[in-house]
Amino acid sequence: MTDQPSAGSGEPIGPVTMLATPIRLDFDFTPGVAQSRFLRGLERGTFLGQRCPTCHKVYVPSRGTCPTDGVATTEDVELAGTGTVTTYCVVNVPFAGQSIEIPYIAAQVLLDGANLSFMGLIQEIPADEVRMGMRVEAVWVAPDELTPSLASVRYFRPNGEPDADYDTYKEYL
Amino acid sequence: MAERCAVIGVGQTHHKAKRDDVSIAGLVREAAKMALEDADLTWSDIDAVVIGKAPDMFEGNMMPELYLAPALGAVGKPILRVHTAGSVGGSTALVAAHLISAGIHRRVLTVAYEKQSDSDAMWALSVPQPFAAPLLAGAGGYFAPIIRAYMRRSGAPDHIGRMVAVKDRLNALRNPYAHLHLADIDLQMVEESIMLWDPLRYLEACPSSDGAAAMVLSSEDAVSGHYPPAWVHGSAMRSEPTMFAGRDQVNPQAGRDCAADVYAQAGITDPRSQIDVAEIYVPFSWYEPMWLENLGFCELGDGWKLTESGATAFDGDIPWNTSGGVLSSNPIGASGMLRFLEVAMQVRGQAGEHQIDGARLALGQAYGGGSQFFSMWVVGSDKP
Ligand SMILES: [Zn+2]
Repeated sequence: MTDQPSAGSGEPIGPVTMLATPIRLDFDFTPGVAQSRFLRGLERGTFLGQRCPTCHKVYVPSRGTCPTDGVATTEDVELAGTGTVTTYCVVNVPFAGQSIEIPYIAAQVLLDGANLSFMGLIQEIPADEVRMGMRVEAVWVAPDELTPSLASVRYFRPNGEPDADYDTYKEYL
Repeated sequence: MAERCAVIGVGQTHHKAKRDDVSIAGLVREAAKMALEDADLTWSDIDAVVIGKAPDMFEGNMMPELYLAPALGAVGKPILRVHTAGSVGGSTALVAAHLISAGIHRRVLTVAYEKQSDSDAMWALSVPQPFAAPLLAGAGGYFAPIIRAYMRRSGAPDHIGRMVAVKDRLNALRNPYAHLHLADIDLQMVEESIMLWDPLRYLEACPSSDGAAAMVLSSEDAVSGHYPPAWVHGSAMRSEPTMFAGRDQVNPQAGRDCAADVYAQAGITDPRSQIDVAEIYVPFSWYEPMWLENLGFCELGDGWKLTESGATAFDGDIPWNTSGGVLSSNPIGASGMLRFLEVAMQVRGQAGEHQIDGARLALGQAYGGGSQFFSMWVVGSDKP
């Protein structure tokens, strides 16, 4: 704590008790065997999930085990790039580090053949027309821009099919 | 046979957007000193300290329990840090209570805090990861789709969330320690506030607060203080994985199991009629009807009807969040403990303007992370 002179006047403005500094975080991510498989799939432009040998449910992305049964998932399942919006919100709040222009749709997308939804961006439709049950398809980046990351999926967009019946996805809300 | 555990002292800071007059150490010490004074004890009477806060990234201050030990009089004594995300204030109190009920210590100081203004919790909760799209916009962005799912599943009308937002802010006007004191709050003000995470508006979300909470817990033979003790009748914690196929995030299994456990310990078979007052972790308005169902205060799908009927209002038959709740003060790490602390104040008869007359048995609940941690206690004015 030191007395700081104020600009120009030479008068002290009191002790410094608080200092705001920029925040920054750089880190390396080590995905492990199961997530590497999923990320390598994204690099090839496909969604790769895994089926539990006990309950036969398909996890995407798979963490390598079924949390319900406590067993390793070993069978790879390649999923189509189509799915259903189970629920969503319209994000209209700015925050530090945000990379997408607001407002945007953050939706839970249940890929066809999967038993777990994940969060995806919805575009090519006005925000007030997005619906629970809306059918969507993945839009990938150009082949030479594919990376082992979900950044390979630019967004999901309506695929023109009729909305899914509530009963078909209500277990995945 | 477990020892009886009593709450004999409570303390909290005036919760504010920015407490730039104190460091974190000053903040926790303020709450702790108040709890010691309430218990009519001094630092030297305390056997151990149990401290909790939400993720270290929220202030960018790693392992803060090490630097806070001297400020909390813990030098030469055991100090233990607890972390279960947003529920941490609750589970911290429970770890302290278990040290008493296990007969290990006679007087334990438990403290929880957050100094949100020291950093940026939204940023800390939205760190990009390669296996997820960079869409998550803080806690509101995580919970808003779940709220939409609840609205669809229950058929609840839109105004229910706004009713909760108004009710809890009206309660906060009775609590001098609450962060938000919105004297003009009404349904229209909530409806006209900006939509942040559609379907959630600004005034349906919790504020970002600096604050701390503290309690002194004691064994039966060490009871002291200016008010009668609050006796712990039951305590329970549960967790579940963040994601698994078939997970019900609207009505999580861990919450139902945690409630069943704490009710069984406290002899509660009908929560709505037996519990006099409840402080429940409602950071976004719609979590009141959702937790009414999860905690068994009504049948599935009927939570919103209870809210709409006014049953959970200050003058209702089951007042919820008499302190103003998380919607009125959210020093994240302390928020769970503030729920536990408020119900202790209620059964001790020390809640002042927000006192529910005749409150004898009360439920405190906290949840955290992606609804995967739950902690609850039931406290009463009678010995269990
Ligand atoms: Zn399984």
